[in-house]
Amino acid sequence: MTPLLELDAVSKRFPLGRRRLFAKAPPPEVHAVSEVSLTVHAGETVGLVGESGCGKSTLVRLITRLLDTTEGTIWFNRREISGVPARFFARDTNRADIQMVFQDAGESINPRFTAADAIADPLRKLLGLRGAALQARVEEAATQCGLPLTLLGRYPHQLSGGQRARVGIARAISTHPRLLVLDEPTAALDVSVQVTVLKLLQQLKAELGLSYIFVSHDLNVVRLLCDRVVVMYLGRVVESGPAQQVFEAPRHPYTKSLIAAVPRLEGTRPTAPRLVGDPRSPIDPNPNACRFHGRCPAGFDRCGTAMPALREVAPGHLAACHLND
Amino acid sequence: MSNVLSVQDLSVAFHTRAGVVHALDRVGFTVGAGETLALVGESGSGKSVTAYAIMGLLEAAGQVTGGRALLGEIDLLAASPAALARIRGKRVAMIFQNPRTALNPIRPVGTQIADVMRRHGGATWFNARDRAIEALRAVGIPDPARRARAYPFELSGGMCQRVMIAIAMAARPDLLIADEPTTGLDVTTQAVVMDLIAEMAAQTGMATILITHDLALAAERARRIAVMHAGHVVEVAETATLLARPMHPYSARLIAATPTAAGALDDLQSVPGALPDLRGTIIPACRYAARCDRRQADCGETLHPHEAEPGHSIACHHPLGVAA
Ligand SMILES: Nc1ncnc2c1ncn2[C@@H]1O[C@H](COP(=O)(O)OP(=O)(O)OP(=O)(O)O)[C@@H](O)[C@H]1O
Ligand SMILES: Nc1ncnc2c1ncn2[C@@H]1O[C@H](COP(=O)(O)OP(=O)(O)O)[C@@H](O)[C@H]1O
Ligand code: SF4
Ligand code: SF4
Ligand SMILES: [Mg+2]
Ligand SMILES: [Mg+2]
Repeated sequence: MTPLLELDAVSKRFPLGRRRLFAKAPPPEVHAVSEVSLTVHAGETVGLVGESGCGKSTLVRLITRLLDTTEGTIWFNRREISGVPARFFARDTNRADIQMVFQDAGESINPRFTAADAIADPLRKLLGLRGAALQARVEEAATQCGLPLTLLGRYPHQLSGGQRARVGIARAISTHPRLLVLDEPTAALDVSVQVTVLKLLQQLKAELGLSYIFVSHDLNVVRLLCDRVVVMYLGRVVESGPAQQVFEAPRHPYTKSLIAAVPRLEGTRPTAPRLVGDPRSPIDPNPNACRFHGRCPAGFDRCGTAMPALREVAPGHLAACHLND
Repeated sequence: MSNVLSVQDLSVAFHTRAGVVHALDRVGFTVGAGETLALVGESGSGKSVTAYAIMGLLEAAGQVTGGRALLGEIDLLAASPAALARIRGKRVAMIFQNPRTALNPIRPVGTQIADVMRRHGGATWFNARDRAIEALRAVGIPDPARRARAYPFELSGGMCQRVMIAIAMAARPDLLIADEPTTGLDVTTQAVVMDLIAEMAAQTGMATILITHDLALAAERARRIAVMHAGHVVEVAETATLLARPMHPYSARLIAATPTAAGALDDLQSVPGALPDLRGTIIPACRYAARCDRRQADCGETLHPHEAEPGHSIACHHPLGVAA
């Protein structure tokens, strides 16, 4: 089966400051995303986790083609889309196929747009719909998201957090996309509202055959919603595999610390060592050292002299750590 | 165990153009020395208003309309602004959800800690700076002498929250109120920040009120949990009891909506309905009634929190686990 989305060694670096003429060394760079490879199949939900600043949102912006890659290729439905400059992607044939849902629907929806305007916006811009056809699609999307049509005339501040989240999702699915990229869609919601939004996503996936990339720092939500999970640390994928397997038997020390830090209702936590300190600087990191070295509770000499490769540790389960050698 | 704080019948109203909002109604709970009490409930349930009322930091539209908050002998709700200002920072300290906005953006963090040290911590002009650096070291900030000169925007969210804790702990308060102290932080940073609060409490016998909407965090960190809904404390019990045998229908629903416990998404249940409108005068006796599937005719009758069993109090006419 060919994947819907495929990333091959994708990197994004942001130069700090301008390159000066005649300067001896190139300017320092923030390595936001480094050599990330991943695939998303049709109907699959892939979770993307990792601490703040590890590059999740940058990766998402590369996939949705809001940013250009520095290196690597992105394939969507067998077509290379990384070659299309971000500024032209708005008019690209695949633009309507990849849609995005943002963290705080309240902030990402234009406050002067009614719910109907917000849902209609991508239909107008990307599909050129007008009049009755437009209205029909707006109502279809609202209904699919369980948003009462009577609320379509309201402005964002007149809607509850859960209703705003529904508008954000309705807007994203209105163009009939194949891939939905969700960046912390429930982070601003109460647990109870979160449950309804998660169930809506699950239902839409079953009904419409959508694929999801789901970014979250709530590992419990990822565990419940995702088929596969990708763990990032300082721009690199350090582990990926079936969600169940990664959560039950993590093979990378960072994933282990992450899972151990999640509060449990039972109140007891396994005695995994606490992850202290902050990640290292993403500016020109040492290419010959594990990026977790120095903070890793299991680190040893070799971690400071060689970058561990991402290797298969079990079928479909990859990890990048010298301990697995 | 002696109570550090005893809140009794605390009521708060906000005067708005759209009417009077009865945000808190006869809220009550206690916290003992060295103990952590968690205040949980969905957004808008009144957790922060409770904290602000106790601290005397309600905004002008808010008014305490009844009740007491006893810190030892002193009723914080009746104390003069001058007395309250002395108590705040010295005996009671608070840390806020968004540390970056709570800190002064144009003062180096070390200076801000030194200010509190001088005002409340018994430090002098000469040693306040050293003690501030010591405090930064104590909250696990590497290279504290250099970091003391940093401005809040130069520090990560987790580091700002550690600075807030350093400020809160500067005067060794008897009571710490932590309002969503780790919301927006990574789980790994959250664990470090919460460990730090627990360590401080263990060292000084400080009582802690942990305000959170994360039941799992409360479960892990608190000895007792108070559940709030629409301005009422609906249930208070020891953590293990509350999770294993919730008696209030809302507590049970809240637990069923928490992803931590669920094996699959289908196991999760949302709490039906929404918080009631708290404006005006005709607020039902049980503010959960419109959402409750156990409601009966007598649920409209006056409701008082009562002890269903030792240490387990609820406000419900037909609690779970009790023959009807
Ligand atoms: N300035 C205000 N004017 C009117 N009503 C207010 C005001 N501040 C708070 N309230 C009301 O008081 C109630 C409790 O609010 P509070 O902020 O304490 O909730 P919370 O539990 O802390 O919620 P969150 O988790 O979102 O912070 C809500 O009904 C809220 O609308
Ligand atoms: N435009 C930019 N210029 C410089 N650095 C950037 C830029 N955008 C992102 N970064 C850096 O890239 C890294 C990853 O950021 P981001 O993807 O936003 O993290 P996350 O979403 O996981 O919190 C961070 O170190 C961030 O500071
Ligand atoms: S390679 Fe070394 S430093 Fe990196 S995760 Fe493995 S043990 Fe830790
Ligand atoms: S008093 Fe009645 S309506 Fe209120 S929670 Fe109890 S059973 Fe439900
Ligand atoms: Mg982000
Ligand atoms: Mg609050």
